[in-house]
Amino acid sequence: MIESVNNWLNGLSPAQSLLLFTSIKAVVCFAIMMTMFAYTVVLERRLCAWIQDRIGPNRVGPFGLLQPAADGIKAFFKEEMTPAHVRKVFFTLAPMIALIPAVLNLAVIPFGSTLGKQHMVLADLNVGILYTFGIVSLGVYSIVLAGYASNSKFPFLGGIRSSAQLISYEIAMGMSVIPIFLFVGDLNLNSVIKAQTGTQLGFLPNWFVIQSPMTFLAFCIFLVAAFAETNRTPFDLPEAEQELAGGYNIEYSSIKFAMFFMGEYCNMILVSAMMVTLFFGGWTLPWFGLDHAATTLLGGVLHIGIFLGKVFLFLVMFVWIRWMWPRFRYDQLMDLGWRRFIPLALANILVTAIWLWWQSGK
Amino acid sequence: MEEILFYIFAFLTLIFGALVVANPFSRNPVTSAMFLVLTIISMAGLFVLLHAFFLAAVQVLVYAGAVMVLFLFVIMLLDLKEEERRKVKKLSLVAGLISIGAIVGIFVKSLLATQPVKDLPAPMHDGATIPLGKLLFTNYLLPFEIVSLLLLVAMVGVILLSKKDLK
Repeated sequence: MIESVNNWLNGLSPAQSLLLFTSIKAVVCFAIMMTMFAYTVVLERRLCAWIQDRIGPNRVGPFGLLQPAADGIKAFFKEEMTPAHVRKVFFTLAPMIALIPAVLNLAVIPFGSTLGKQHMVLADLNVGILYTFGIVSLGVYSIVLAGYASNSKFPFLGGIRSSAQLISYEIAMGMSVIPIFLFVGDLNLNSVIKAQTGTQLGFLPNWFVIQSPMTFLAFCIFLVAAFAETNRTPFDLPEAEQELAGGYNIEYSSIKFAMFFMGEYCNMILVSAMMVTLFFGGWTLPWFGLDHAATTLLGGVLHIGIFLGKVFLFLVMFVWIRWMWPRFRYDQLMDLGWRRFIPLALANILVTAIWLWWQSGK
Repeated sequence: MEEILFYIFAFLTLIFGALVVANPFSRNPVTSAMFLVLTIISMAGLFVLLHAFFLAAVQVLVYAGAVMVLFLFVIMLLDLKEEERRKVKKLSLVAGLISIGAIVGIFVKSLLATQPVKDLPAPMHDGATIPLGKLLFTNYLLPFEIVSLLLLVAMVGVILLSKKDLK
């Protein structure tokens, strides 16, 4: 049985096998992302319950682990209301757009080393990071269009707020990673991971987050910008329940609301994956030789596990911060973005460039 | 394969571009802006087919991701109503037809003047960023710097215009 499959695989032309394996990888990636989305929601509800000294959803299945299934079924079967005053086409389009950027960006994230002969990345682009930023920047359309299409006051305010917020923090986010690429000398995400292998001082990982003060500052700016880009507390002003009663998604119900919800969590997963790749060594661990491409099947699976574990830690942090921090005021948000982070990121680029130039002259 | 993709993307670019200015179904400015976004994205597809990955990514990042969001922002803030259907004046019709004719004439003439190249040189760098950066900072340094100066002038101008009273 296995042999016949092997023979069939070896008989495929390179184009055919590329097509086959890429589609398998794409489907598996998507499935993993959706599972992670479902359990991040459970995690969020259980963790916030714990923080607030409650119990949280624990009725469906063991420890409440089947809660996502119940939520999903509920979202599908609820009555879908389309208010009469909305702009119908955009109203339907907006929740669909919400999911697209996160799914498209999965393509360039290296989520493992090798499994058999296959590299665990869908598309090894040489402009990987620019592609990610380009697609992330399209995410704003879903919220803006939702606000516009709802054709009522609070969603509109939410849409306006979010477009200003996302544009402002995109600049800080884009500029914060430039020092990393000055260190690496390449825009390819695999080269970024390669530059983070090995140890420093004998045991500390050589990850960019602790490699030098400049890259640490870059990480801090990127982290804050990531919170702003995903509309998470303390930057969730587009939805701000107390002021806007939910912001851009007021008029949405049932599965359309669920899609916005999915979009938010998938973006969180994606941004976590980007942070892991850029600053925390991607699928590598500096010990036990785990920072080289795997030669065995088990090693390959282990690398994927390491990557998912790191992403999971970031998701816990995202959730935790939401229940610990109050929301920013809008003027504070803009002040932080434009007058603190952008100059800081620019200075960081300059200092890194001067440092590297001085190093190369030595 | 690439040829089919080229025709698909070129067709999409033209269709979306036409829908930006003359949409038979809706005269809503937001619809036009969204079609402009689609035009830009299909143009990025054309860049990818030319192996200019960097240009394609920057095209999406800058135009679709930032400039068009600002367009939408302004349209929403100004609350532009649906454009009224204006009557076409004879004079503007004649002027428009003449300018279209002139542009088509230039296109046809330049297309006829080009010789089909026999053996095209292979793309030198395959859209890599390092050679592009080297070119920008050696051969094309002066134009590059002048463009950035132009952006600076525009920025100063905007700040000057938006300040109500200058101290």
